[in-house]
Amino acid sequence: MSVGEIAHIGRSTSRVDGRLKVTGQAHYAAEYPADDLLYGYIVGSTIATGRIASMDLDAARRFPGVVEIFTHENRGKAAWLDRSWRDEVAPPGRPFRPLQSDRILFDGQPVALIVAETFEVARDAASLVRIAYDVDAHCTELEAKRAEAYVPPKKRSGIPPPPDPRGDAEQAFQDAPVKISRDYRINAEHHNPMEMFATTCVFEGDGKLTIYDKTQGSQNAQGYVTSVFGLRSKDVRLINHYVGGAFGAGLRPQHQLFLAVMASLELERSVRVSLTRAQMFHIGYRPDNYHSVSLAADRDGRLQSIMHDAVASTSHYEDYQEAVVNWSGMMYHCDNVKLTYHLAKLDTATPCDMRAPGAAIGVTALECALDELSYELGIDPLEIRRINFASKDENTNKQFTSKALLECYSEGAAAFGWEKRSPKPRAMKEGRELIGWGVSTGMWDAFLQKAQATATLKVDGTLEVATAASDIGTGTWTILTQIGAEAFGLPLQDVQARIGDSTLPMSPVEGGSWTAASNGSAVQAACDAVKHSLFKHARKMANSPLADASFEDVEVRDRRIFRKDDPARGLSVFEVMHAAELPEITEQGKVSPNLRQMLKYISYTHSAVFAEVRVDEDLGVVRVTRVVCAAAAGKILNPKTARSQILGGVVMGIGMALHEEAMTDHRLGKIMNANLGEYHVPAHADIEDIEVIFVDEKDDKVSPLGVKGLGEIGIVGTASAVANAIFHATGVRVRDFPITIDKILNSPRPS
Amino acid sequence: MNQIPHHPQIPISLTINGTLHELEVEPWVTLLDLLRERLSLTGTKKGCDQGQCGACTVLVDGKRINSCLALAVSRDGAEITTIEGLAENGELHPLQMAFIERDAFQCGYCTPGQICSAAGLLAEGHTHSRAEIREHMSGNLCRCGAYTNIAAAVEDVLMPRIAAKEAAE
Repeated sequence: MSVGEIAHIGRSTSRVDGRLKVTGQAHYAAEYPADDLLYGYIVGSTIATGRIASMDLDAARRFPGVVEIFTHENRGKAAWLDRSWRDEVAPPGRPFRPLQSDRILFDGQPVALIVAETFEVARDAASLVRIAYDVDAHCTELEAKRAEAYVPPKKRSGIPPPPDPRGDAEQAFQDAPVKISRDYRINAEHHNPMEMFATTCVFEGDGKLTIYDKTQGSQNAQGYVTSVFGLRSKDVRLINHYVGGAFGAGLRPQHQLFLAVMASLELERSVRVSLTRAQMFHIGYRPDNYHSVSLAADRDGRLQSIMHDAVASTSHYEDYQEAVVNWSGMMYHCDNVKLTYHLAKLDTATPCDMRAPGAAIGVTALECALDELSYELGIDPLEIRRINFASKDENTNKQFTSKALLECYSEGAAAFGWEKRSPKPRAMKEGRELIGWGVSTGMWDAFLQKAQATATLKVDGTLEVATAASDIGTGTWTILTQIGAEAFGLPLQDVQARIGDSTLPMSPVEGGSWTAASNGSAVQAACDAVKHSLFKHARKMANSPLADASFEDVEVRDRRIFRKDDPARGLSVFEVMHAAELPEITEQGKVSPNLRQMLKYISYTHSAVFAEVRVDEDLGVVRVTRVVCAAAAGKILNPKTARSQILGGVVMGIGMALHEEAMTDHRLGKIMNANLGEYHVPAHADIEDIEVIFVDEKDDKVSPLGVKGLGEIGIVGTASAVANAIFHATGVRVRDFPITIDKILNSPRPS
Repeated sequence: MNQIPHHPQIPISLTINGTLHELEVEPWVTLLDLLRERLSLTGTKKGCDQGQCGACTVLVDGKRINSCLALAVSRDGAEITTIEGLAENGELHPLQMAFIERDAFQCGYCTPGQICSAAGLLAEGHTHSRAEIREHMSGNLCRCGAYTNIAAAVEDVLMPRIAAKEAAE
């Protein structure tokens, strides 16, 4: 079989960066060498609010090897206006500025940077800094602030506020025969990517900086640096070839980027600053949140009223916002809907987008409530979801570009064996373990963002594709390589992708599950432009076999351009380029959302998640023994890496359901479990069988590639499926996430 | 590496990936920081610096340890294998191949630790099932959630070895 017959798109391909990653040769932000490198270590505040009264730095300064200590009193010059500090995804408010003043806004806030000749010296000297504070009253407890919750006056760009109410939800609730009103709470979560935030700022000496930063957007972070420090764009290059996970934490520049660049500019040397694991808990987080959900239905299970109010935490200096309740207005058909969303200010850092921001919590609350309603009705939890299927987005009255959710339900249920489920709670048991099965729907946006790319065809027929996208573990390197290889009928090894560099063609931050659709489509457009250009040159050649052909008649494959109807009639890429005296052909491609289409259509990814739990009746220990996640996500570029994305989302959803909980001592305003031993993220032993199904879904409108994106959908619905399974197993409904052993044991057992 | 006055330097020798290194290090330098910051062996990762995540797992005299919890001077004379030393003559270790094939990683940051840990697990010889793989690999966190694929990759390498051993006995 010739290479040209291999379809790269849709094929399970191992990661092109796999070999580098399994041999330790993929380099992350803190792993780039620099001459005379200095190490910065951050000293964090030990109070939540107040002012620095005095700082005793003498002992630290005298420590051999310390080069400089930066505090608010001597930090380098930086921009004055707030807008200069706003990055692409900043919410409304005044962005935090490290070492700006003596004012403390949250526990762990950077108050000093020790810069030393070695990492160990910087760390030791940091322990010698003594700071006296004037302490102000603080509040880190969302419950205490619920009464002061407010509708954010300024909306965050890109986040739709809750839709206007439709129908009369209150009256319909009153009138309906079957109804529930329930409160849910999901504790704050922390991203905790395995790589800690780090920046290596290489001082190049001619006014130029090369910055290796852990970020989900090289151009966003580069723009922040040039704006904050007043540097020329061409003097600052920011690289993020490999990113050791981020899950949203890397969307905004973190403290270490400012501190490393500031120290580098002041000292005129290269500087590396890494956060510690404890400091990773003092940056943005998934906000703490409360929900009140009221659902009512007729006796056939048709929803008559949906009311969902959410309160989420934000900081005092920014109004961080998510689309939390909006999902409750479009996941199911209902004529009477009222959705409200409030913020409450806490003395913490500003929260930050974390995998499926908004949906991960809002859908969890809705899907648990719907499960509760199904038991009130005596209708199978999967059936009630089918009954209330929404065939259009009732929030906006737009058509879905595609929605193969019913197929997710049926294929997921078949794989899981849902029909064997006993409807009654506590009915399934094996030994000392109660067995429960739960289901949930999941939903996430399918975005297309503005993005650009270039494609370069070399005289030897190999290809390079470039865009300033990031690969945070998502498989971007691989899918862009596949798209290039598909366009030119080349083996993967003849295609080189270039990403993770601010100097490459324009890209949005890697987030929202939009990279495959956006950057992928831009790469495809660039490849198409190169093929057009190649064809133009080929046709112009003397005695060209393609002289009478149109572009639609030709194909490029195996380093040749030839007639589809007569493959023998064609030219090699080398011949064409040689005749045109070109060393290579480079063209640009770009994509942006189709605004006209968006007036009528809207795009979402959907899923059905089925979970089995086994709960030890005496000990309350929960094991998630099986999960089936069936997703409808348009075209799947690479089933192997796509499956991994879903697996990862499901695992994080299990963490949300059972494990992850930042425990704050509200008297101190401090997180007491700021480490991976006590903030438990799922470990090997917690994860058993997970099956991923991609249902067939054709969508010619969502993006030029027909791709929807997969980064978030795996987490949405997982926590609710697990919670619903726990109820089915035990008859105990825990409405406070994570569902830990104590909550199960302390709940009254059903009679 | 800059020499700092008043800092004691302790001479040690370490054989790392088959190469003998005669080194002088301060007594407070961890094996992890020695590898990463002074020997440019950045394949070994720092994920928590307090023994809770396993990203820094290396093999010391054939046993898997968290290199962030070991002071370099305490391992004088030891033989150390890092992720950079697992492949032989450009031929990937079977675990490395299995990890690629099974897509047993996403971001790749925990991967060297997972692979070194799995190599240690194979040598320990007390793991015989998928459930035991999960249990005995639980010191290595993966926030991307590649556990299902990691367990499959380790199983791919482990099971034929168990079968071969049983056949020999």
